[in-house]
Amino acid sequence: MDSRTQEFVEYVQGGGQVEVDDWMPDEYRKRAIKFIEMHGNSELMGVLPEREWILRAPTLQRKLALTAKVQDEVGHAQLIYRVVEDLGKPREDCLRDLVDGKAKFHNVFHYPTQTWGDVGVIAWLVDAAAIISQKALLKCSYAPYARIMKKICWEESFHILHGRDVILAMVTGTDEQRELVQESLNRWWGPLMQFHGTKIPADEDPMVHWRIKSQGNEEARQQFLEGYVPQIWELGLTVPDPDLRRGDDGVWTYTEPDWDELMSVVTGHGPRSEERLAFRRRFLDQEKWVRDTVLAA
Amino acid sequence: MIFEVFRQERKGQAFAHAGSIVAPTAEFAEAWAREQYGRRGESEALWLVPRDAVHTVTDWADEFDLKYRRVDGYSIKARLKEARERAGTAAPGAS
Repeated sequence: MDSRTQEFVEYVQGGGQVEVDDWMPDEYRKRAIKFIEMHGNSELMGVLPEREWILRAPTLQRKLALTAKVQDEVGHAQLIYRVVEDLGKPREDCLRDLVDGKAKFHNVFHYPTQTWGDVGVIAWLVDAAAIISQKALLKCSYAPYARIMKKICWEESFHILHGRDVILAMVTGTDEQRELVQESLNRWWGPLMQFHGTKIPADEDPMVHWRIKSQGNEEARQQFLEGYVPQIWELGLTVPDPDLRRGDDGVWTYTEPDWDELMSVVTGHGPRSEERLAFRRRFLDQEKWVRDTVLAA
Repeated sequence: MIFEVFRQERKGQAFAHAGSIVAPTAEFAEAWAREQYGRRGESEALWLVPRDAVHTVTDWADEFDLKYRRVDGYSIKARLKEARERAGTAAPGAS
C-alpha cells in the first residue's frame, strides 16, 4: 500500500470523512460505488412488492399511507443514485446494470407479497432491519452518502410506525387476521435473519476497513433481535425458530440462517427476481421518452 | 445541470447542505426539490445553487503564523504567575 493510501485509511479509520472532490484510492471509490449503488437498487426494487398492494389496500387511509411510503422509497433511490453519479457511475449505467441482472439488490425484495400481512411485516420488520444498517451509515466515511442518510432514516421511522399500525390492527382483529400475520412472519423470518449478511467478523470486512460501513453484520443482526423480538413476542406472535433465545449475557442465539438461500436469491434466483427485473426493464424502456424530453428542456 | 440543495429547517437556523438534484432548468429543480425536501413540511426554506456557481475553498495558508488571532495563540499562564508574585497576590478563590 502506498503512503497516500495508508494515510487515507488512517484518516477514515480515525472517523475522517471524504467529500466528493477529495482524492480517494481507486479501491475505495470502487467499493463505495458498488455498496451505495446496491442500496439505491434496493430502494428502487423494494417498492415493487409493496406497489402490488396499493390497489388492494383495505382502506383509503392505508392506500394513501402505502402510496406515500412508495414515494419515499423511490425518492431515496433518487438521492442515492445522485451520490453514485458523483462518484463516477452515471444513473443510466446503474439502471442498465440493474435490469441486466449485473447488479444486486437486497434479498428481501426478491420474495412475493402474498397477503396484506406481508405488507405489515415488510413495513415494520424489513424496514426495522434496514434502519439499523442505515443508522450505522450516518457515520459512513463518504460524507455525501452519510448526509442523505439523515433524511432516509427520518422517513424510515414513519414506515416502521405505519407497519406496526398495520400489524396492530390485525392482531387486535379477527382470529383469521391474527393468523394472517403469524403466517407472514413465518415466511419472512428466514429472509429477515439473512438480511444483515453472513457473520464475517467486522475486522475482516473490507467495507468496515474503509469505514464505508461502521458496523459488523452480526452486530446489526443482534441489534435487530434485541430491539424487535420482544416486540413480536408481546403481541403473542411466535418467532418460527425453536432455538431462538436471549442468553444471560444479552447475546441472542438462533438457528443458522440459510446462507445458500441468501446467495442464490441475491444473485437473481429468488422467487420473484426475474419478474421484478422484467417489470423495471419494461418501464425503463417505456419511459425513456420522458427522460429524454425532460433533460432536453 | 446539477443543483446543490441547502435546507433550512427552522427560521433563524443555518442552511445546511442536504443533497443534490439533476435538472435541466431551475424550474424543474424547484419542482423536484419541493417534493424531495419539503413534502412533509420539514423545511422552512431551500437554496438551490447550480454546482458550477459554488466557489470552493479548501486550502488554508498560514505562512505568517497568525496564531495571535486564535485562543491557542496566547500563553498567559507563566506571565500571570509572575504578575501575582510581583503584586504579592494569589489567584482569586485560592486561599
